[in-house]
Amino acid sequence: MSDFEPKIVAFFCNWCTYGAADLAGVSRLDYPPNFRVVRLPCTGRLNPKYILEAFKRGADGVWVSGCHPGDCHYIAGNYHARRKFVLLHHMLETLGVEPGRLHFSWISSAEAIKFQEVARDVVEKVRACGPNESFRKAELGLAEVA
Amino acid sequence: MATNKVVGAVLVAGGGVAGMQAALDLANAGYYVYMVEKSLAIGGRMSQLDKTFPTNDCSMCIISPKLVEVGRHINVELLTLTDILSIDGTEGNFQVKVRKNPRFIDMSKCIACGECTKKCPVKVDNDYNENLDKRKAIYVQYAQAVPLKYGIDAEKCMFLTKGKCGSCKKVCPADAVDYDQKAEEAVLNVGAVILAPGFTPYNPREMETYRYADDPSVMTALEFERLLGATGPTMGHVARMSDHKEPKSIAFLQCVGSRDINRSDNGYCSSVCCMYAIKEAIIAKEHSKEPLDVTIFYMDIRSFGKDFEKYYEKAKKAGIRFVRSRIHTVEPLKDGGVRMHYVTDHGQSQSEEFDMAVLSHGLVITGETKDMSHKFGLKTDKYNFAQTSSFAPVAMSRPGIYACGVFTGPKDIPSSVMEASAAAAAASSKLAPARGTLTKTVEVPAPMDVNGEPPRIGVFICHCGINIAGTIDVPKVVEFAKSLPFVEYATNTIFACSQDSQEKIVSLIKEYRLNRIVVSACSPRTHEPLFQETLAAAGLNKYLFEMANIRNHDSWVHSNNPAEATRKAMDMTEMAVAKAALLNPLTENVIDVDPTALVIGGGVAGLNTALTLSTQGFKSVVVEKSDKTGGLANRLLSTAKDESIPEYLAALQKKVAEDPNITVVLNSQVDKVDGYVGNFETTLTTGESVKHGVTIIATGAQEYKPTEYLYGQNPKVVTHLELDEKMKAKDEAVDEAGTFVFVQCVGSREPERMYCSKVCCTHTVHSAVTLKKKNPNAKIFVLYRDMRTYAQKEDIYKEARDLGVIFIRYELDSKPKVTESGDVLNVEVHDPVSGRNLLINPDFLVLAAAIVSGRENELGMKYKVPLDDDGWFFEAHQKLRPVDFATDGMFMAGLAHYPKPMDEVVAQAQAAAARAVTILTQPRMTVGGIVAEINQAKCSGCGVCVAVCPYSAIEFDEKGKAKVNEAMCKGCGTCAASCRSDAPILRGFTNAGLFAQIAAAL
Repeated sequence: MSDFEPKIVAFFCNWCTYGAADLAGVSRLDYPPNFRVVRLPCTGRLNPKYILEAFKRGADGVWVSGCHPGDCHYIAGNYHARRKFVLLHHMLETLGVEPGRLHFSWISSAEAIKFQEVARDVVEKVRACGPNESFRKAELGLAEVA
Repeated sequence: MATNKVVGAVLVAGGGVAGMQAALDLANAGYYVYMVEKSLAIGGRMSQLDKTFPTNDCSMCIISPKLVEVGRHINVELLTLTDILSIDGTEGNFQVKVRKNPRFIDMSKCIACGECTKKCPVKVDNDYNENLDKRKAIYVQYAQAVPLKYGIDAEKCMFLTKGKCGSCKKVCPADAVDYDQKAEEAVLNVGAVILAPGFTPYNPREMETYRYADDPSVMTALEFERLLGATGPTMGHVARMSDHKEPKSIAFLQCVGSRDINRSDNGYCSSVCCMYAIKEAIIAKEHSKEPLDVTIFYMDIRSFGKDFEKYYEKAKKAGIRFVRSRIHTVEPLKDGGVRMHYVTDHGQSQSEEFDMAVLSHGLVITGETKDMSHKFGLKTDKYNFAQTSSFAPVAMSRPGIYACGVFTGPKDIPSSVMEASAAAAAASSKLAPARGTLTKTVEVPAPMDVNGEPPRIGVFICHCGINIAGTIDVPKVVEFAKSLPFVEYATNTIFACSQDSQEKIVSLIKEYRLNRIVVSACSPRTHEPLFQETLAAAGLNKYLFEMANIRNHDSWVHSNNPAEATRKAMDMTEMAVAKAALLNPLTENVIDVDPTALVIGGGVAGLNTALTLSTQGFKSVVVEKSDKTGGLANRLLSTAKDESIPEYLAALQKKVAEDPNITVVLNSQVDKVDGYVGNFETTLTTGESVKHGVTIIATGAQEYKPTEYLYGQNPKVVTHLELDEKMKAKDEAVDEAGTFVFVQCVGSREPERMYCSKVCCTHTVHSAVTLKKKNPNAKIFVLYRDMRTYAQKEDIYKEARDLGVIFIRYELDSKPKVTESGDVLNVEVHDPVSGRNLLINPDFLVLAAAIVSGRENELGMKYKVPLDDDGWFFEAHQKLRPVDFATDGMFMAGLAHYPKPMDEVVAQAQAAAARAVTILTQPRMTVGGIVAEINQAKCSGCGVCVAVCPYSAIEFDEKGKAKVNEAMCKGCGTCAASCRSDAPILRGFTNAGLFAQIAAAL
């Protein structure tokens, strides 16, 4: 499994984590090229369906990152995101999807180093989970239940 | 002014947070602004801060949008590296001579790639990081700087000093380096000048006993702030500079260069150091891997602002130790640590060792600012702060010249922002006839109708010199892009952002009838608006645009893996194309704005707001619930500067009465409210209906009715407002009284009211001084917890002590005991200095009763604006939007926001007017673009979207279906992500578009 390169979909809010990734670039802080970023105005825009869609389409991991609590550009969108995320995370875990596939973080637009650290960490944790087979099993399980 | 034409432009000197706010308020109100900044970039001191108190907001995150707004504003002309040489002329028409110093970089060519900095061989102390690390001689001030253009340090550059080197010119891919640039002088014609020169931190080098000059374990608080910063020299890691070890214990020393006329000449309090020390202590503990002990040595903790006291309490709970003592000597130790010798409150000598010490240094006016004041004929106080009156807090001695920010006295960010808006209002008060005469507008052709056309996407892949092309195989990405669905045209470009590329995009849109554009280049956060303008210029709706950030998110971070970087660039381009194919043109609608303000509350704040609005020609209706205007000021005697409040109030009321733009409705309150920004309709309890474009809440506050200290039972016990009333009425009992006891914090800083009422300490020392001057034999005792005579008000505290007023400190758990025996009032208090209980028999016991909110919850609900737990109206942002509500068109002023003294009330009132003018001045407002809409066929009327919307922008219509008010929606998309039925659609970020991006990513 050592040569396995995970595919990860990342959802960043425009104001904080997307900015941190910009700054990581300015500071030339390298990290693994395994994820693709979908820019959202706010993590509050994140419909849980997007995470499921990413897994369904074969993503090995999903990473959601927004503003720190209290820093939301839209006052409270990140709180709404957090609630939805926690629920979905529990649900996926119950269905047998490894918790290491789904990640959530708060990274401000000034925290380039933190961005680099979390990016590396997310990629390593998803890599450790191996290719995304379990979600397909979970999806089958859901189909049976339905 | 008969021969002098009024000029509709204003010069703002200083690009810190105050200067930026003033510039934006003026530019958005129809005035052309010259923003003069002496350094390479705007941002000022705030750009150096890691976090801001009391919310621990990231400083750079909140200031960045302001920087960008100033940098891009069509009516703000940014003059960096510029000095002001002279100011001639008079109010309404000044000629300001400036010198623009050379940057040695052609700003129109520099693409801020940083190649020059990499090659520059000269290392220089990095002033942005307080000289804790090095930068190069060619540099940007900081990564997020505006303008994001490099500059050459002429004193350090080898080519400019010795004619050797020239490597930056050789490597610059844009040919932007120009060693031959010369200083240029220019004369700017403006109607007013706003000075916001800011401060420099006190340099403790002279204080030999603190060892700052020779012991690297002793650092200043601003240096420490840079250590905490993610962009600082240690990337946020707390380290001792002597050996780069992480400290296990830190001592903060307060009042270094403040409240000190022995070792410095700064008698004033710097107002912010207590709070920033607490903040740095909290953040340092968070950053430390090992447990960190922090001790703050202080004289009085001055946490007097909104939510500051709670922050102080939180720090105590987090284990930060507070020791009341002024350290006189710091002793360096062999192991790199320091030893503090101090005397406790009880007079015992102590010594304690710490790994490092942080000096909380004060705020000082620079010598340059001092010279400027002198040269331009502006009066200053003995500390070189601008001399202003409490009733005109931003007006300087020379008419037409205004001051804001720390220049008028040490203050925090929200107070600076408030004053900046006030200065904008004051500066434009005489310029209204010239409003809109010098401002520019962008002319764009009518967009072509692309509805119903199949997507014809044009893709531009940028090389960014070698920034992208050095890592990514750009031709390969171009070929790949050509293979994607709906792509009509794809090409590469050396610099997509350059002027010639923009023109090329315009002609290609026309030539190939392109109706969607994708640019794979740098960050949409910095460049999307530029490309959108280009689309608009080509007659294409600006929302038919998408960017892929293949530089910041790809080539710059994956330079060690070109193959993967190229693959990622292809994926990113595919994602952008997939989303672009599904983009729709978005419309922006215009709504009419009713140019009238409703001001709720007829106190000093409300009246000043209305008068300031009137200077711009806008009408106000002032609603006052009582039978007279003036509010709490009716009970006050004088300001801290000894200015008569009754005289001022009478003049103010007369001015309001004579102003044809102001209607005062007494004995009236708000009954019903309808509408939104631009179009409110409020019905008053007296029956009138008012149509207005903006609302200003200035409902004031009340004095707490004490239940303690025999108040209401013994006639000798009065509140400080009641003492003012007695003094105003020349009450003989006061004149004849021999002994006064003042008790501070009555009802404030208690568990049920965990805030400081801000004005009481100053009010008490001012009353004490007034009484002492009248009767030098009077015995006056002030029982206090922390004296909070912040800023220059510290001088009155000192004056009181010099006059013999006795100050005795008490703790919350050992409050003074008040009893009566017959006619005699007994006040018993423990004196911590002598360790004994004192008994005083005063003729008057004056209680500094708290200021409490009127708890206007109902009013808040009517206008959909929030109140905090203490009942104060809650602003849109505690640091940067201190007079705005999050709801557009709603503003606040005065004590409704938080307790504050007269000068700050007037400043906030002027600020509220300035903010309101930015809306009232537009005959029509543009709304729409990236906002939500509801597919009503899917709406079940459950109300989830209404509940989650942070801006109260969604309401039910008459059919019980949700409906978005485009004027209030900010486009966060929380509604769209929360609806069970997918009824809300966030334009520009639709489900279809995002699903397409996800599919393309995998």
